[in-house]
Amino acid sequence: MQFGIFTVGDVTTDPTTARTPTEAERIQAMVTLALKAEEVGLDVFATGEHHNPPFVPSSPTTMLGYIAASTERLILSTSTTLITTNDPVKIAEDYAMLQHLAGGRVDLMTGRGNMGPVYPWFGQDIRQGIPLAIENYALLHRLWREDVVDWQGSFRTPLTGFTSTPRPLDGVPPFVWHGSIRSPEIAEQAAYYGDGFFHNNIFWPSEHVQRMVELYRRRFEHYGHGPAAHAIVGLGGQVFMRASSQDAIREFRPYFDHAPVYGGGPSLEDYISQTPLTVGSPQQVIDRTLGFREIVGDYQRQLFLVDHAGLPLKTVLEQMDMLGELVVPVLRREFDARRAPGVPDAPTHASLLAAPPSGEPVELAAG
Amino acid sequence: MAQQISSRGLVVVSAGLGQPSSTRLLADRLAAATSRQLTAGGQAVELETIELRDLARDLTDNLLTGFPSPNLKARIEQVLAADGLIAVSPIFSASYSGLFKLFVDVIKHDGLAGMPVLIAATAGTPRHSLALEHALRPLFAYLGAAVVPTAVFAAAEDWGSLDHGLVNRIERAAGQLARAMAGPPRAAPADPYNDPIPFERLLERRP
Repeated sequence: MQFGIFTVGDVTTDPTTARTPTEAERIQAMVTLALKAEEVGLDVFATGEHHNPPFVPSSPTTMLGYIAASTERLILSTSTTLITTNDPVKIAEDYAMLQHLAGGRVDLMTGRGNMGPVYPWFGQDIRQGIPLAIENYALLHRLWREDVVDWQGSFRTPLTGFTSTPRPLDGVPPFVWHGSIRSPEIAEQAAYYGDGFFHNNIFWPSEHVQRMVELYRRRFEHYGHGPAAHAIVGLGGQVFMRASSQDAIREFRPYFDHAPVYGGGPSLEDYISQTPLTVGSPQQVIDRTLGFREIVGDYQRQLFLVDHAGLPLKTVLEQMDMLGELVVPVLRREFDARRAPGVPDAPTHASLLAAPPSGEPVELAAG
Repeated sequence: MAQQISSRGLVVVSAGLGQPSSTRLLADRLAAATSRQLTAGGQAVELETIELRDLARDLTDNLLTGFPSPNLKARIEQVLAADGLIAVSPIFSASYSGLFKLFVDVIKHDGLAGMPVLIAATAGTPRHSLALEHALRPLFAYLGAAVVPTAVFAAAEDWGSLDHGLVNRIERAAGQLARAMAGPPRAAPADPYNDPIPFERLLERRP
């Protein structure tokens, strides 16, 4: 099982000091967190992609390429890559290039983005969000698997005799997770291709996460990729830890109360009880995270959000030390002990090179 | 089984703020009249009344977080499962109250499509009565609800007079709602998690 962190890359004022980091500081902090992830024994670092303030990560492969050069074994990923407003041809090129530079330590998570104006800024229409995600990914999937592509769709200019370069490293396309909070079409898409499905598991109650994952698993089996229990599931999670839960609650409360997503809304206690947010001791984080398995079944990737809402870098690094020393080693052991026989690990470049996926999607009528 | 078929769920939503409130008073009169007419028509009635004041905090939280608290979720599900709805708001600044609109806003898209709805409102003076026609009725028309023709407005002075026809309007509107509710129940909306659009259709853009 893989463990890691995912970051939104928000520039947010620390509500306890009224200090706002510069973009330069925030970008460097994200890189520092990625290097720290490898140092403390985590497996994955994933960055968001945004094209509007207060977020800095508009150019994920630039950042991930830099991190690739400074790390040895960390898997570099995204949370998410905008499959709607990016040209799928450019995604194919950028992530194949990153894959070569990182020696295959690359996967990505596609998503649709969540802010209306980003679509028209990139010449698209948010009402076409799902069709864009479906069509753009269908093209991306082919560009990585067919050397020469003739293609015509509804959203970008047609291609005749196009070869996306560089070709994927060793002929193995990066593994793709499809991220969605509530769109059944995206769970269906992930299932159709036999790709991974990721739920951010942060903002909504677990029963909703369960419904999305259950749909993905059922349809994964329907499309012939293997039993539902062997589908590739990733979850997010949001934690803040101190040695004692009282200290954790006291320290995190001002960040929660002023956070862009839920500030001014429910109490911290209500939010903890109604969503997967965990604020407490490392043991509480362990217990809650193990509980995710009860909700979605055996899963392959757990990413934690630790660096948002204006938390200072020093605090976030302390969180990562606790993850690396106290939480993840226990989770690895306990998840291993609980996992049903035959459940696969998350695909990596090495595993895909050794054993290409058996169930390629059923061939559709040529369009 | 026959008993189940002849039973009708009636939900009353009152956005009154006072305790007691004239909005709730009107809501109760409408509910009683509708229940009486349904019963007279041989229908059993399951009546639920939702006071939005009790949900004010949960509604704000839902607006900010995007999901309902367990309590609010249960109330929304009552509305979605109803065979008919009586929606009553005080008129503030020429329209329904903000609290009333908050509740409407957290009901999922298409959730009220085809729902028989009786709209009603209260205010201090009769000069606000047309707010029902220019604010509440278009709102529910937008949501695809089947709003009955008679909307019921009660100004403060209506409670002190039998000459203004409030009682008659209540009976007329309740009769219209009861008849609408006596028809075949609404079709259950498709559940996209149980019955997803197959990928082939997504790819060919045939939703």
